Amino acid sequence: MITAQQKPIDEIRGMLVPYKRILVLGCASCVAECAAGGQKETAMLASTLRMKAKMNNEDVIIQEHTLDRQCVKDFVVTLDDIIGSYDAVLSLGCGAGVQAVAEMFSEIPVIPGLNTEFIGETRAQGLWVENCLGCGDCMLYYFGGVCPLARCSKQLFNGPCGGSVGGKCEINPDVDCAWQKIIDRLSRFGALDRLETIYPPKNWSRKQGGGPRKIIREDQQR
Amino acid sequence: MKDVSRLKSVLEKGGFAVTSECGPPKGADPQAVLRKTELLRGKVDSVNVTDNQTAIVRMSSLAACCLIKKAGLDPVLQMVVRDRNRIALQSDILGASAIGIRNVLCLSGDHQSFGNQPDAVGVFDLDSIQFVQAVRNMRDQGIIVGGEPLSHPPDMFTGAAANPFADPMDFRVVRLAKKINAGADFIQTQCIYNMERFDRWLGIARDRGLTEKAYILGGVTPLKSAGMARYMKTRVSGMDVPDQLIRRMEGVSKDKQREEGISICVETIERLKQTPGIRGVHIMAIEWEEAVGEIAERAGLLPRPVIDDQ
Repeated sequence: MITAQQKPIDEIRGMLVPYKRILVLGCASCVAECAAGGQKETAMLASTLRMKAKMNNEDVIIQEHTLDRQCVKDFVVTLDDIIGSYDAVLSLGCGAGVQAVAEMFSEIPVIPGLNTEFIGETRAQGLWVENCLGCGDCMLYYFGGVCPLARCSKQLFNGPCGGSVGGKCEINPDVDCAWQKIIDRLSRFGALDRLETIYPPKNWSRKQGGGPRKIIREDQQR
Repeated sequence: MKDVSRLKSVLEKGGFAVTSECGPPKGADPQAVLRKTELLRGKVDSVNVTDNQTAIVRMSSLAACCLIKKAGLDPVLQMVVRDRNRIALQSDILGASAIGIRNVLCLSGDHQSFGNQPDAVGVFDLDSIQFVQAVRNMRDQGIIVGGEPLSHPPDMFTGAAANPFADPMDFRVVRLAKKINAGADFIQTQCIYNMERFDRWLGIARDRGLTEKAYILGGVTPLKSAGMARYMKTRVSGMDVPDQLIRRMEGVSKDKQREEGISICVETIERLKQTPGIRGVHIMAIEWEEAVGEIAERAGLLPRPVIDDQ
């Protein structure tokens, strides 16, 4: 899923200064799972903003609403009935959600309330870790199910570098060395010989070389 | 004068090569490079020029190599893949060759989070092994990554680094093999303080025939103080400084510690000279170039051989 974290409240308030009628718009998908922009967080942020506005004698209306998916047009379109009452949307969607709303409602400013972080997994309560860069050319078979692109600090395809010590990365002892994990897993499967050959330079055109990416599936179109 | 790699000549003639290191300044003064160079003249065969080491912005390695080359020494252009994509890396290889630089050391580079530009993007388009392969393909086959031909191939004696002291221990020789298979002509190792561990690593490399396929230069760094020894042990990843060595440094008074550090360094070189499969030594006297001459002298590495074709 896409992970995100809420921006600092002062930064959010700074961006909202010009507006009097604000819709705080949550998203019940990924950002709900990572407790950043779901219904609960949206209600809490709206309430905080109302409180701050009141304390500062600001004359603003702040209301909240949460879509099932802010990045899907079919859901965004349902805002049509209510969006006219506001002069700004504070989106608690990921970057895709913010832009999907902005794309549909070109007349209204859509302000990001989150910093979108990464594609990752919920590893434990309150712990999300990055493990995919969306490179467009999955190499996980080759690397025993551990992505060196997302999880090695130097994105080495032929690691580990000389800074791997005790299974930890040189940049920070809290960071696991992805290459230690790759080697451990491939050893377990008896497939370590896979790493004897040199992994060739990555074809980055699948990620960014061709400009913004899109997927077109004619079988899905109507 | 024909541009040839002095390092390559010495090694091919069977000599025990000596290289050292020059870190470019955090400024644009060419004299800062040339002053360091003069301390190394006649003491070493070639001078590695570091590439924004520890991710700190410094004079470019290529420019400093050019200054050193003009001063009549043989530079080894260190290039890290942290800051340049494959277009820039290959372009700089062509440019370096064009101005007569004949050695390159292909490295990953210290992570940008360590330096004075922690907000920088880390490029890491190629990794160091892919980069070695790219340089070799440029030189030997006259092609760039992707296969397109060059109008004129670069002439580069191509090196890579190896750290025998990092983990996982069993995989370190595999990685060395990959670097050599990628086309590394020479290898410079991380600083050796734990000779036993180094010998184990080299033994496996010898058994795999790797010491016959590339010239391996053992890395040494003279310790300036007991504090430096402790720092390297605890704060520098992939550095193995045995406690016994730290105690030895602590055992002498502060004003004698530099001398002790040089002695340890000389003893290490003496052992490396006796080690089958080691073809030279890389003396990294960090911001202490003055020490290189004394180390080389005491380790019996002087005078450096005269190479006819230079």
